[in-house]
Amino acid sequence: MTDAATSAALKPPARPLGQWIFDVLLWGGIIIVLTLSFGPAEIEKFPRLFSGSDNMREFGRAFMNPDFDLLPFFIAQMWLTIQMAMWGTVLAVFIAVPLGLLGARNIAPAAIQWPVRRLMDILRSVPDLVIGMVFVVAVGLGPFAGVMALALNTGGVLGKLFSEAVESIDKAPVEGVRATGAHKLQEIAWGVVPQVAPLWTSYALYRFESNSRAATILGLIGAGGIGQILFDSLNSFNYSRVAAIALVIVVAVTLIDILSQAIRSRLI
Amino acid sequence: MSDAAVLSVRQVSKSFGSRRALDAVSLDVARGEMIALIGPSGSGKSTLLRAINGLAPIDKGPGRIEAFGGAVQAQGRVDRDVRRTRIRIGMIFQQFNLVGRLTLFTNVAMGSLGRIGFLRGLFGFWPAETKNAAMAALARVGVAEYAGQRAGTLSGGQQQRAAIARTLVQKAKIILADEPVASLDPVAARKVMEVLRDLNRADGLTLIVTLHQVDYALRYCDRVVALKAGKVVYDGPPQGLKRKQLIDIYGPEFEDVFWEGAPQ
Repeated sequence: MTDAATSAALKPPARPLGQWIFDVLLWGGIIIVLTLSFGPAEIEKFPRLFSGSDNMREFGRAFMNPDFDLLPFFIAQMWLTIQMAMWGTVLAVFIAVPLGLLGARNIAPAAIQWPVRRLMDILRSVPDLVIGMVFVVAVGLGPFAGVMALALNTGGVLGKLFSEAVESIDKAPVEGVRATGAHKLQEIAWGVVPQVAPLWTSYALYRFESNSRAATILGLIGAGGIGQILFDSLNSFNYSRVAAIALVIVVAVTLIDILSQAIRSRLI
Repeated sequence: MSDAAVLSVRQVSKSFGSRRALDAVSLDVARGEMIALIGPSGSGKSTLLRAINGLAPIDKGPGRIEAFGGAVQAQGRVDRDVRRTRIRIGMIFQQFNLVGRLTLFTNVAMGSLGRIGFLRGLFGFWPAETKNAAMAALARVGVAEYAGQRAGTLSGGQQQRAAIARTLVQKAKIILADEPVASLDPVAARKVMEVLRDLNRADGLTLIVTLHQVDYALRYCDRVVALKAGKVVYDGPPQGLKRKQLIDIYGPEFEDVFWEGAPQ
């Protein structure tokens, strides 16, 4: 056998043509879509970030001088927002526990599991702002509409997370409980729930963190709390007040994050 | 079924896909017997135990399992009232099957779930009788001092003894033990086997124990039933298990299933 033949046999593997074509189509497609979206997304306005300096200067000056005259009021409204987030999350847990169990492959028969999963999908996919507006119509302006919006949306999210936790349990302890002659519900209470409790609590706390941010936004549709004050001040161009409110929100949300993370890290 | 019989297995088959785990197995168990169920891995030992308390449904057909004169399963269907029968059949598993995050006490108190009120059981308001029974059972198997510790933090031998205590609180008349010592070191294994034999001798409980180690079958049991490929190939006293029978069951490498030397 000649040297040439040996080296030919050891040629590095060539990339198949199909992969080349796929790459070209994928990246080419992405570039085309981005180009087409350039106009509608008004990317050409990018330089205005730096040229509209008069407006920005006024906004920035006011922002540097936050107006804390109404601080006790802001704090009271922030507390109201947190109260909305707490009730929204707790009600969501009450929705999510039965949904999470009935939607789990290893607990519920397929005939129940499927509709429960679709219900959770619907709850999750409708933004809380939209649910909130429906409830504003139903129960009037105010925090309760916001609480219900958070409860339903978070109920769907937590239900999904809860059922994934249930699906990953060890089934041996459940069988141990079953072998004592326990009722099916007792099997779940003693065999399943203790296994998922730390994860469930952690998910619920995490959702409480994001709900205290979401509850702020819900002020936009008249659900009360700090968010509503924020948007009112923004609409009346009172940027000093906006700055003060934003600071209150940042501090409060950060504190909640720190507290909840400290609790969650103990749980797992 | 004779008067003293507590358990009867008749023509029971169980398939997993095309594989027959149990092939027309019949077995009669009298009250107070201590039976070792032996056989190579995959011979159907665990499946038989799980079928006896209705955890695994058997194939359709003539197969029938009765305990205490009532059906556990027949015609390939687990009886609707199986929970009532299960209460009197305790089960011990190779991996203990305790709930690791709950205390030993709670795990053992769960033994009473089948006979206390539904809501009391659901929310864990254990009656005084359960509490006393749980502590007495933990003391009997020698782990009462760990009652307040999470089950998952204890050694395998301690967990297995707690699992036995759970069947005591259950007031089970039959105990099915599925490889109870396979995950334990020799000292812990011997302790567990001694607790099981004491329950048989002192309390008159009926025990069926699947064992990997034939030594234990010979030392602790009065009757040995051997399964091979889902069929009963030996049913008799341990003294009858000679070299020839062991080769029938396990093949020529049968010495491997002894810890302390096989009979010649």
